[in-house]
Amino acid sequence: MISDITLGQYFPQKSLMHRADPRMKICLVIYAIVLLFVAGNFASLALAVAYIGLGMALSRIPLKLYLKSLKPILFLVAFTSVLNIFYGTGEPLWQWGILRVTANGLITCVFVAVRIVALILASSVLTFTTSPTQLTDAIERLLKPLSKLGVPIHEFAMMMTIALRFVPTLLEETDKIMAAQKARGADMESGSLAQRIRALVPVLIPLFVSAFRRAFDLATAMESRCYHGGEGRTKMKSLSFGRSDWMVAAASLAALAAFVALNLLLPAVGRP
Amino acid sequence: MSFIQAQQVRFSYDAETVDAREVLHGVDLSIEEGEFVALLGHNGCGKSTMAKLFNGMLIPTAGKVLVGGIDTSVEETQLDVRRQVGLVLQNPDNQLVAGVVEEDVAFGPENLGVEPREIRRRVDEALKAVDMYEYREHAPHKLSGGQKQRVAIAGIIAMETKCIVLDEPTAMLDPRGRTEVMETIRRLNREKGITIVLITHYMDEAVQAGRVVVMDEGNILRDGTPREVFSDVEFLKRHDLDVPQATELAYRLTAAGIKLPEMPLGVEECVKMFRRYLRMETH
Repeated sequence: MISDITLGQYFPQKSLMHRADPRMKICLVIYAIVLLFVAGNFASLALAVAYIGLGMALSRIPLKLYLKSLKPILFLVAFTSVLNIFYGTGEPLWQWGILRVTANGLITCVFVAVRIVALILASSVLTFTTSPTQLTDAIERLLKPLSKLGVPIHEFAMMMTIALRFVPTLLEETDKIMAAQKARGADMESGSLAQRIRALVPVLIPLFVSAFRRAFDLATAMESRCYHGGEGRTKMKSLSFGRSDWMVAAASLAALAAFVALNLLLPAVGRP
Repeated sequence: MSFIQAQQVRFSYDAETVDAREVLHGVDLSIEEGEFVALLGHNGCGKSTMAKLFNGMLIPTAGKVLVGGIDTSVEETQLDVRRQVGLVLQNPDNQLVAGVVEEDVAFGPENLGVEPREIRRRVDEALKAVDMYEYREHAPHKLSGGQKQRVAIAGIIAMETKCIVLDEPTAMLDPRGRTEVMETIRRLNREKGITIVLITHYMDEAVQAGRVVVMDEGNILRDGTPREVFSDVEFLKRHDLDVPQATELAYRLTAAGIKLPEMPLGVEECVKMFRRYLRMETH
């Protein structure tokens, strides 16, 4: 079933991470990713990983779901890290033809794997604990300064809201159209790749036609409800930066200090 | 002066082009505040066009539509028109904007620049009015058609409009959803005094209104209480329009030579009448 796709899924729960201000969560994910990539030795890398792990623990979402989010990128992690084993510099530990394994390569391999996995986990913490509306809202507020430069931030955020709202509706419709075409004898599961792509055309055309019809209706409905752009618009739920948010921000700053110290005091390892 | 007034309204789609076709040929119609009007007619008779003329989504090619005294064709005051007349469309899926029920209901008041706290109050009240309060945190796509349509109605109520125009709101719903929506509409009209303009082709829904307006080919054919309009079965049949099921039954029985005391409109009324009739017969 197509509608099983869980893209950036949100799991409602009552936790510190769910309550945290979405703007801060976005900033902290970026912050965590920077830490991961700046980490030069195992101690500082471990600190960055522990920081993300703490976020996962505070989200009160079962570890199983986090592991599930890693599944689609497992191949990518394996591929890039194995590739890195053979690209190290320095004395070879083992050599066979052009394949050389060095200590440096092995370390880089671990670093790459840990970085990608931790990066996915960090962004999962964000999407698991933040509802799509909160997310678009936060992005709108964070990018607001750009609207002074003429960037249509409100329109962009509204587009995202509508897109997220219609993803399930359109997926459901795709399923229906596919079933309807199959009932008329369409074959979508066999044949060469080219044939299968061609078999999708009778699904895509009705889908597009109906999407446009929906768009016309939606525009009418929005205009009827006095939508006239972002000007003079208010929000029912205003984002508020609470006391727990300040505490999280302060703790993250403390982590930054420890991180910088570890990174500078201990020697860097792995391929630069 | 009436709340909504259509004066000699003509309307053509693609008015400037060669293939302009006029769908309304000079319609006059006034709707008073607090009325419950059903607008009936075939597909393509111009009733959906009327719906969009009432809140300025369409502007008449000739003639005028006045809402609370404001001309809908004036660009500057269009928001004031839409603040008074809300529109609910046929497809419940296509008119919900946000991914959470309560945020969708908040969309209208947010556009009007209402204070956050006041929006919260209106949203809660509107959701309670359509009996969807416990679903406030649900995603719209997980609701049934009738529930989605009630959320759409709540979205209009939260704007505190005086009038709601519903363009075939039950056409895509199952019988249960249809009853839910009709009950909601009637309650809003009765308890909150909201003016309702219900566009429909279900005769059994039209019977529930206080006034029925029948349209055909861009003109108004009949305008009166349901009893007045549906009593002339011959006339409606001549224009290929249906009558409520109960009326249809009585009409056919009369045609077969059975003398019935009156023409019933609803099922209950019909049962009562037959009871009376049978008692008369047996005595």
